[in-house]
Amino acid sequence: MARIVGGIGTSHIPAIGLAMARNQCDDPYWRPFFEAYKPVRAWVESVRPTVAVVIYNDHGLNFFLDKMPAFAVGAASEYRNADEGWGLPTLRPFPGDAALSWHLIESLSAADFDLTTCQEMLVDHGFVVPMQLLWPNAPAWPVRTIPICVNTVQHPLPTPRRCLKFGEALGRAIEAWPGDERVIVLGTGGLSHQLDGRRAGFINKPFDLYCMEKIEHEPEMLARYSIRDLVELAGTQGPELIQWLIMRGALGTAVRRVESNYHVPISNTGSGLLLLETAA
Amino acid sequence: MLAHMTQIQPELAFATRGNTREIWGTPIFDGAAARRGYPLNKMCYSFNDAANREAFRRDEDAYCRKFGLDDAQRAAVRQRDVLALIDAGGNIYYLAKLAGIFGFNVQDIGAQQTGRSVEEFRAMLRAAGD
Repeated sequence: MARIVGGIGTSHIPAIGLAMARNQCDDPYWRPFFEAYKPVRAWVESVRPTVAVVIYNDHGLNFFLDKMPAFAVGAASEYRNADEGWGLPTLRPFPGDAALSWHLIESLSAADFDLTTCQEMLVDHGFVVPMQLLWPNAPAWPVRTIPICVNTVQHPLPTPRRCLKFGEALGRAIEAWPGDERVIVLGTGGLSHQLDGRRAGFINKPFDLYCMEKIEHEPEMLARYSIRDLVELAGTQGPELIQWLIMRGALGTAVRRVESNYHVPISNTGSGLLLLETAA
Repeated sequence: MLAHMTQIQPELAFATRGNTREIWGTPIFDGAAARRGYPLNKMCYSFNDAANREAFRRDEDAYCRKFGLDDAQRAAVRQRDVLALIDAGGNIYYLAKLAGIFGFNVQDIGAQQTGRSVEEFRAMLRAAGD
């Protein structure tokens, strides 16, 4: 059966992709951020994943406000990146796994989650930057990918509680797949940041550190927040934490923290990095 | 530091649960904003295409009219006024595409919205790590 080998929570902000494109990773500003990814990359290499399920939000590349799904699951054999309008280089396409996607869609629907299924889907920096962070120099993407896009753009957003349950159902679905895939789940975005309004620049380090602590063994503590709580505590873009909660839910109860790092500021963001390994 | 910028301890949240309250300086992009801002955001969405960015640069106001922006939205575009764009229903992810045409990054936008210089805004971000 397929097995989830671990999960990674990571920022996905576009400035990271720009810094990589401009070879600025060793600049004093960026060095502490990128250094923290080295042991995570070594872990990824050691567990040899074959599939990455990437939980992210679209920022106006694939979805416009004409149709805004709560949960959209990629069901294609390939996903393309494209111009987002402000200069991030377009990366090569990502291989998909349509058969596994449809299995997940069937399983999640049977578990009462209503999904939007996407046989064509452009993936934006929310998906691309974490992939680039984990495999910065790979000549070809070494994993097949399944994008799961969550609405964090237009309120109402899915509640943290529902997202944790979504993750739990996703984890059961992955592990019910009768293949020998080794799966990593990426929860992307966050942590605290606010791009818009007079409170722009709001970062809440104590809350971010609290989230990074609780998500390991008590994710239900974070699932108790309302979206409005997360906006207040972590800024207008802070609800991206729900993508970490989906990742965490998928890993099941027995996890072990392998790496974690928190760095402020990266662009306007409190940037968290967390690697959780599942018990064998 | 002003009270509204003070970092909030996680435990406080449970005293104030509910999903409709106002938060100072913090726009919520909800149904009302999405309806109000639809033409503006649709125009910004078109900027994913380089040819459309070029068309906007050639004649900004004509491009705004083509998408049906109202007077307040067109004025906010003309004045590069981010808070006014948000008040007019702009969503920050879509506005970022417009800001990119103007050469603004997210620190420039943050500085403008908070009435700081870009250097002051950056210093505020750095201070959040202390």
